[in-house]
Amino acid sequence: MAAESLKKEPMVRIAKRSDISRRKAWFIRAVAILLALIVCGIFVYALTATNPIKVYAGMINGAIGTQRRTWNTLRDTMILLSVSLAITPAFKMRFWNIGAEGQILVGGIATAAVMRYMGDSVPTAVLFIVMIISSIIAGLVWGIIPAYFKAKYNTNETLFTLMMNYIATQLTAYFSIVWEAVKGSGTIGTINQKTKAGWISTSFMSNIFGSFNYSINVIIVLILTVAIYIYLSKTKQGYEIAVVGESENTARYAGINVKKVILRTMAISGALCGFTGFLLVSGSSHTISVNTAGGRGFTAIVVSWLAKFNPFVMALISFMLVFLDNGAVQIASEFGLNESAAEVITGVILFFLIGCEFFINYRVIFRGKHEEA
Amino acid sequence: MDTVNAIELKNICKYFGEVIANKDISLEVRKGEILSLLGENGSGKTTLMNMLAGIYFPDEGEIFVDGKEVKITCPADAFELGIGMIHQHFKLIETFTAAENIILGLPGAEIIKMNEVIDKINDLVNRYSFELDPTKKIYNMSVSEKQTVEIVKMLYRGANILILDEPTAVLTPQETDRLFDVLRNMRNDGKAIIIITHKLHEMLSLSDRVAVLRKGEYIRTVQTKDATELSLTEMMVGEKVTLDIGRKEPHDIVKRLEVKNLKCVDKNNVTTLDNVSFDVYGGEVLGIAGIAGSGQKELLEAIAGLQKVESGSIVYCGDNGEETELIGKNPLEIRNVGVALSFVPEDRLGMGLVANMDLADNVMLRSYREGKSSFVNRKDPRKKTEEIVDELKVVTPSISTPIRKLSGGNVQKVLVGREISNAPSVLMTAYAVRGLDINTSYTIYHLINEQKDHGTAVIYVGEDLDVLLELADRILVLCAGKVTGVVDARSVTKEQVGLMMTKHTEEVM
Repeated sequence: MAAESLKKEPMVRIAKRSDISRRKAWFIRAVAILLALIVCGIFVYALTATNPIKVYAGMINGAIGTQRRTWNTLRDTMILLSVSLAITPAFKMRFWNIGAEGQILVGGIATAAVMRYMGDSVPTAVLFIVMIISSIIAGLVWGIIPAYFKAKYNTNETLFTLMMNYIATQLTAYFSIVWEAVKGSGTIGTINQKTKAGWISTSFMSNIFGSFNYSINVIIVLILTVAIYIYLSKTKQGYEIAVVGESENTARYAGINVKKVILRTMAISGALCGFTGFLLVSGSSHTISVNTAGGRGFTAIVVSWLAKFNPFVMALISFMLVFLDNGAVQIASEFGLNESAAEVITGVILFFLIGCEFFINYRVIFRGKHEEA
Repeated sequence: MDTVNAIELKNICKYFGEVIANKDISLEVRKGEILSLLGENGSGKTTLMNMLAGIYFPDEGEIFVDGKEVKITCPADAFELGIGMIHQHFKLIETFTAAENIILGLPGAEIIKMNEVIDKINDLVNRYSFELDPTKKIYNMSVSEKQTVEIVKMLYRGANILILDEPTAVLTPQETDRLFDVLRNMRNDGKAIIIITHKLHEMLSLSDRVAVLRKGEYIRTVQTKDATELSLTEMMVGEKVTLDIGRKEPHDIVKRLEVKNLKCVDKNNVTTLDNVSFDVYGGEVLGIAGIAGSGQKELLEAIAGLQKVESGSIVYCGDNGEETELIGKNPLEIRNVGVALSFVPEDRLGMGLVANMDLADNVMLRSYREGKSSFVNRKDPRKKTEEIVDELKVVTPSISTPIRKLSGGNVQKVLVGREISNAPSVLMTAYAVRGLDINTSYTIYHLINEQKDHGTAVIYVGEDLDVLLELADRILVLCAGKVTGVVDARSVTKEQVGLMMTKHTEEVM
């Protein structure tokens, strides 16, 4: 016991930080990104023996190297941001909506259907109004079904929204065959390729910004960003969402109708996901397949949480992720690395970025070092 | 007695970020004595004890046990040194027996000889005259029995130094007396005992010496026989104080609430309130006494519209003689029919407030709907928050600080301040001073008296019977969901109320 009692002070200890200045927090994040780039550089060098600086230059080139690539990066950023904005009210309410994929797909199916069946027969303005409304309704229905069961029977929303994704994927697969372009191909192909009816880029500001024009997408999503910011932080409904998210008991105590808030918020979240489906189909891909949502419904969860539900920070993070992604695709082809290598790089950077939050919240103290208070 | 100190602390410091929890604390605990640790909330008592129990590690300073310097890096180290801490929240497995909980985590042979374990436990139980059946399951036990299991667990592991963190907060007066008898027996057996408590009269009757902390610093240690409640309080607060709740005679009382044959059941169909009937008057404080979990929570939540009611009625009597049935209405509907009902719930951060929101957003929790606009008006709540912070002397960096960063007493001040600012005609408080230091507690008592003077009907659910007897005008005693008596607080004794809390007496009213 005597020997035991002469133990040394522990090697490292972890203490919670009481507060950290914003500058210091951003400094830690910057260091994290730098470290991530170094680790990725070592990784790339070990595999290909190419100069990592060259590889990073390749990434930048891939993301914003040409006008076309820049527009693509912007377009993808806007889509990811739009999904992130859509799911944020739900997550702020601590409603684990992992069904954004499905909600996007049904919104996309609705848009595609309107484009196919009405594209050539009604005026452009009417066509767009019908497309938008139908995509919003489709997403809203997809979002409100799990919310109803959650509010009424307290079912687990995570499983429920996940299963709704499978239904949406199967529906998309079904319509891919019903609407297939060439018999037996199983794909729809570009909708209204000749008339371009229902294409955002050609219907309004055609040829103002050149042929890769996604400026309408950008404007719409930026307006949405401001709108969501105001909705969450300035309105009574936004306040109710925050209270329900923090504690349902407190919400009930304050006289908030929790069920109503759950239904209303998921209706909004689903509707915005459906609207993103419209942006995807009408604004960029002009077709629909089971891969249209492309995992953005899940990536958006990372964006939303990393930004701590701040829409403006979400814009920044969306851009960073899409930048990495598009850049990684480029270096994969340029340096003969396959797509998985690109994913590894994105993964490493995300790991460091999320991991550094630990150092923002906690302090690590080494043995023998005492901070003056 | 041995002259070597059981524990000696030298220049202990502990910081949490910028916050100094303990600064340069030196004190010793002798073998065979009971030392009380006294201090306001946030004065660093629990932090200091957690360093002995191996939960925190001191940033500076030395700890000596039995005269030897030690480093306690984890709870296992503390066990080895014979230090055992009994926390406010018990750490027991409900479906195990007392004996199983006691040996849990101890090294030993592959096959447990339960009979030997039970014999050994019974030896300990008899030696210090505990009351404990080692084969009883925890979920069948009362709070005081669970506490006994925790203490015996420490003794079984060979603890010579026992630390108890507010052990009497959950006990009835009779149970407290029994605990104190056991602690005295252990002291006489040569054990060192440190007890943290907010109840001064208990500390005076039990301990040998009292060590006082203030704002993380050690003030001094005094012999209990030389101390009085007033002298200790002044040492703790650092200035002259008067300890007087100042109850006035009620005036202009009018009937506000009429509760009749109220019955509630919980999720498992267990009756939580059984045929409860009583009246509440404006201009009067109705105290509610009872062991924890006797239906106090359900009763208040039923009145507030937060609890499903099986049968019975709760009628609100307005000033114009109008009567409103409250059952079946949610909090918003109750508010909309013009009943100004304020409620300070037991679970402050889980029901009364939103921990992650700032002060102003919390103050507007009950009133954010005001106005037709769909946007939130934050200007008026901010003004109201400033007023609450000023009037109740809430210590906070700003009104934009998340409420979870405030100390317990300040959190409660914000909650009570908000509820009172709504000019209530009925004010319900559940354990309004639990965990608060003596100064803040008296602030709350005075606020309650003020409300009573304004004609508010106050329902005060409390656990400290001494306070209930001094603050309330009438006391309603609950036992297992039934009313066992409504008594005059000025004439009843603590022992009588204590008996009603545990036994079903027939002499109602």
